[in-house]
Amino acid sequence: MPAYLLRRLFQSALILLGVSLVTFILLYVLPADPVRQIAGRSATPQVVENIRRQLGLDQPFLVQYGRYLWGLLQGDFGRSYLQKTDVATLIAARLPATLQLMGGAILCELVLGLTMGIVAALRRGRALDQGLMIVSFVAVSAPQFVVSLLLLYVFAVKLGWFPIGGYGTLSHLVLPAVTLGILGSGWYSRMMRSSMIDVLRQDYIRTARAKGLTRGRVILRHALPNAILPIVAMIGIDIGIFMGGIVVVESVFGWPGIGQLAWQAIQRIDIPIIMGVTMVSACAIVLGNLLADLVTPFIDPRIKLK
Amino acid sequence: MTDATAAERPIRAKGALRRLAERPLALFGLFLILLVVGGAVLAPLVAPFDPSEQHFDGLTIEGAPLPPGGVFLLGTDLLGRDLLSRILWGARTSLIIGVAANGLALVIGTLVGLTAGYFRGWIGAVLMRFTDLMMAFPALLLAICLAAIFQPSLWIVAMVIAFVNWVQTARVIFTETSALSEREFIAAERTLGAGTGRILFRHILPHLLPTIIVWGTLGISTTVLLEATLSYLGVGVQPPTPSWGNIIFENQTYFQSAPWLVFIPGAAILLLALAFNLVGDALRDVLDPTQRGRD
Repeated sequence: MPAYLLRRLFQSALILLGVSLVTFILLYVLPADPVRQIAGRSATPQVVENIRRQLGLDQPFLVQYGRYLWGLLQGDFGRSYLQKTDVATLIAARLPATLQLMGGAILCELVLGLTMGIVAALRRGRALDQGLMIVSFVAVSAPQFVVSLLLLYVFAVKLGWFPIGGYGTLSHLVLPAVTLGILGSGWYSRMMRSSMIDVLRQDYIRTARAKGLTRGRVILRHALPNAILPIVAMIGIDIGIFMGGIVVVESVFGWPGIGQLAWQAIQRIDIPIIMGVTMVSACAIVLGNLLADLVTPFIDPRIKLK
Repeated sequence: MTDATAAERPIRAKGALRRLAERPLALFGLFLILLVVGGAVLAPLVAPFDPSEQHFDGLTIEGAPLPPGGVFLLGTDLLGRDLLSRILWGARTSLIIGVAANGLALVIGTLVGLTAGYFRGWIGAVLMRFTDLMMAFPALLLAICLAAIFQPSLWIVAMVIAFVNWVQTARVIFTETSALSEREFIAAERTLGAGTGRILFRHILPHLLPTIIVWGTLGISTTVLLEATLSYLGVGVQPPTPSWGNIIFENQTYFQSAPWLVFIPGAAILLLALAFNLVGDALRDVLDPTQRGRD
């Protein structure tokens, strides 16, 4: 186990190194010039050159990347071009809002998705099953910005149950969390359904029933723990989808998280912030994958890590 | 064995089509796709107005857009342009990007997966580590970044989408190719002296065709959604070229008083993405023997 953990940590570090290199290359070759953006339109060429030198943007690519990496190893994400603050501070200030949103969204997608999947599997082939699967198809086909606007229109503008945007109380959290949760619930319900159907077909389920256990007990104690395994493996992918989704959802709802930070930085070509948010998201995805692999043997003792 | 499967294929394809036709949801999806394709192709003929003409009578006296009904069937937008005509022309944008970006992603993904799966060794290792790396990127964030940084045009948007979307295909094709290259008939071909190119494209690729078709169909749905999202954020297809995403982008400030300007194009995006998901999913059941009997 420790050897496995060490190897996986090493692999994860390599992936993050690769992500930082690819992002750096992409942002380095970009046609838009961040210095012009900082200096403003009326700046003289002299001023532009000075800023370029101050930020170290006149250095060759490898020097710039080397510096960035060295800082990263010490937990330094660089300084924002426009806000004159450390990127690490900016991200840290906004992380709690994003984590809160993430918690709400995951809760929502698990409750909705797993319930739909289990019910559909138990009513397999009936009208309820078909209805739920159509719902799950619609959920994965709905663009998040349209869902955001629709929920805002119905529940905030028309019914007035929730605030139109902003952050702070539980009622601010509901609409953005549900928006993000709907997409995930579509994927989870389909996974859960097919996984549950596979498990219900197994011999040990028939044995459990034959022993005289009630249907409810068989489903809860024997089928569910086994059927849930493939869902756990999806954590990493799910975090990836989530990290993209927050850019849209946070900007529609005015939620002050790292998605909104990234979106504002992208519009102003504030490269250190874009790099920082990308690295934090990549870390989250890599950690999610690692966690999924580490947790599976606890849920299913038959799986051994090697 | 290879000859037998080659001979069986046309019959199987016909059977697949018939099984597809037995599924009402797939038929509904096909119908929606045909509707959108028809609208896009015939846009110059069926669109009641020029999509960028700002009608004098397209706004109320206060300058607000007109609701659906009357001369302008689906109403007008903030500039007094006919929404129905913009939706019809916008279908072209969605489909062009959907097909082009997804086609490109499919080609990249298939080539990477095929190469990595057949040549294990260091080529395969390097390619698959690179795909792992791409999986660690939040795709939407990356796409938004790239699209915002490059001056977006239709083709740039398509390329950006292709760049973030080839990864899943590559992984699936990789798994299948590695399994196939272990099979006896490939070993037999090699012993008979068939070249690498012949083995890859005449013997392995045909077996991957069902997977490519399924992922190609499902991928269009992802592409349509991604294009709409980019255009909605203002970093995708740029006005005045109508796209379903940028119609919402242009009009969302008014969405409380003119909700149709957001929800009609929104419904169009959802239905098109849904259509490709329904057809793709049905194709998977029909074409992929390992999935058969699950529903």
